[in-house]
Amino acid sequence: MQLFVVLSRLAWRYLWRNHRRTIVMLSAIAVGAWAMIFMNALTRGMVDQMIADGISVVPGHVQIHDPAYLDDPSINNLVALGDAELDARFKDAGFVAWASRVRVPAVITSERESRGVTLLGIDPEAERSFSFIDYEAVDGRFLEGPDDKGIVLGAKLANTLETRVGKRVVLMSQDPENEIADRGFRVVGLYHAEMEATEEAYAVVGKRTAQKMLRIGDAVSEVAFVGDDYRDVEPVYNKVAELVDASVKVSRWTEVDTYLGSMLGMMDGFLLIWVIVIFLALSFGLVNTLVMAVFERIREIGLMLALGMKPAMILGQILIESMMLLGVGLLIGDLLAWATIKPLEGGIDISIVAKGMEMFGAASVLYPNLDIDDVILSNVVVMILGFLASLSPAWRASRYEPVEAITKV
Amino acid sequence: MMTAVRCIDLCKTYRQGDQDIKALDHLSVDIEKGEFVCLMSPSGGGKTTFLNAIGGLDIPDSGEVWIAGERIDQMSKGELADLRLANIGFVFQAYNLIPVLTAQENVEFVMQVQGVPAAERHEKSYAILEEVGLKGLESRRPAEMSGGQQQRVAVARAIVSRPELVLADEPTANLDSKTSQELMELFTELNEHHNTTFIIATHDQRVQKYAKRLVRMLDGRIVDDVEQHAA
Repeated sequence: MQLFVVLSRLAWRYLWRNHRRTIVMLSAIAVGAWAMIFMNALTRGMVDQMIADGISVVPGHVQIHDPAYLDDPSINNLVALGDAELDARFKDAGFVAWASRVRVPAVITSERESRGVTLLGIDPEAERSFSFIDYEAVDGRFLEGPDDKGIVLGAKLANTLETRVGKRVVLMSQDPENEIADRGFRVVGLYHAEMEATEEAYAVVGKRTAQKMLRIGDAVSEVAFVGDDYRDVEPVYNKVAELVDASVKVSRWTEVDTYLGSMLGMMDGFLLIWVIVIFLALSFGLVNTLVMAVFERIREIGLMLALGMKPAMILGQILIESMMLLGVGLLIGDLLAWATIKPLEGGIDISIVAKGMEMFGAASVLYPNLDIDDVILSNVVVMILGFLASLSPAWRASRYEPVEAITKV
Repeated sequence: MMTAVRCIDLCKTYRQGDQDIKALDHLSVDIEKGEFVCLMSPSGGGKTTFLNAIGGLDIPDSGEVWIAGERIDQMSKGELADLRLANIGFVFQAYNLIPVLTAQENVEFVMQVQGVPAAERHEKSYAILEEVGLKGLESRRPAEMSGGQQQRVAVARAIVSRPELVLADEPTANLDSKTSQELMELFTELNEHHNTTFIIATHDQRVQKYAKRLVRMLDGRIVDDVEQHAA
């Protein structure tokens, strides 16, 4: 411990011996750390939002379907569990939320236009806690129950169909016998979503109304479950798997929406690559600083060796110096990142590029997310790589012969 | 009497340009514990190389070096560092203080590496700095002290942990006569009261009179080795 104190004191003093160089290097590390964390927060915010939006559209962290549904999401692949049985199995199982729904492809027709959509038959009350639709922000009204005879469309879809609240539209799909199943609906509400694509995709009706129209009894297309964290769905998955038999397939959201799942993995990898790229730029400065710092004090290193310091202590001293430099730089960078991200957590308007962003599922307002895990990851990666980068100059310093070093001019 | 330093047939050759310089040429000598030896030679005579070999700072090309009964010329770097830390105090010609440490921290440096507790360290460092006439300058850094003051700090560092052997290379080269005298009296006192062995390489005639044994070197060889009554 005493030796560590000696080496730390020496390292700290030598760090400030050439304070200009140290300040320049600290600034570079701080800006690098800030850039890493800021970019991570932006990316994390964007990905979280994309995934949260995606999950709330899918929705849910875990779903059960007929085993063939994911390959063929048609009316023929249903879960034959009625409301009473669903309640008996899942009502008191402790999920944050769960809902069953009918979800089949359909065609919607107004008096002017037709579009292909996904027909969602829902129970509004069960769906409320994890729907992508803000019921209170609907133009007109939202569905009042599973037997509601109205239809709620996305504002963008209504615009495309040139219809509005109060007008009638016709939904057309197939029943299990491959016969046409259709019904006229009055548009009772228009919902708004973060992305126009979502507003165009869904036509939402009452679950029982949809079941009657499609002549499927009380069968549903899927049952969705929500847990505490979309990144850790295993507890929910395991619980659902315990409550169902082999007649249905239990899927995690990453399996239901493979695009979002792979995006999550890709973004996590991207963040690590980003951290490493920034570090590589920093490492040149770091190694150069250490090499110069060692070169400047070869005589003093020789003296310390002559006085009885072991080479390992010289190695330790240089490494501590490097860790101090990185530690202080990272601390400043962390604080800087916190100070710049916190005021932006209310959202950054990127509507000027929103069209482009929507192509890969991002919304027009970006909410930076300062995740402590990302901060720790950035700091740990930089410290570990910094340690490795410092080994070479530190090793060289410890290899000096005292008599040669002490007489160096 | 126990042998503090034994050198047997030491040879060391340096290459300078296209010339081989024999810094040590089959040099053999025994120095007993508690001796006060003055090494004298013209510049390039081999004094510093000899001191470096004894201190384990430089490895001879051939021959044997024994310190306190241990052969050191075959030791590893780590073992040599331990030996220097525990047994040898160095005073170099240039002051060779650590510039980022204060006078007191420089004096405590060796003790810190040795693991001496803080209270004992502080007590010893204050005492030795007072002894070498630097009371009140404990918190000054080397750059804030004169050459003589820096050399006294280096001496204080060398002797503060009471090593068995002190190797001094031109310790008075940058000191005025009064400070030189005080320094030599301090060395003499340590030699007489603590039985510390001193080997001092010097040109300084004033230093020679304090030595009990004068060893004259020329071209890496001992040409004269006499005992004398010290001043």
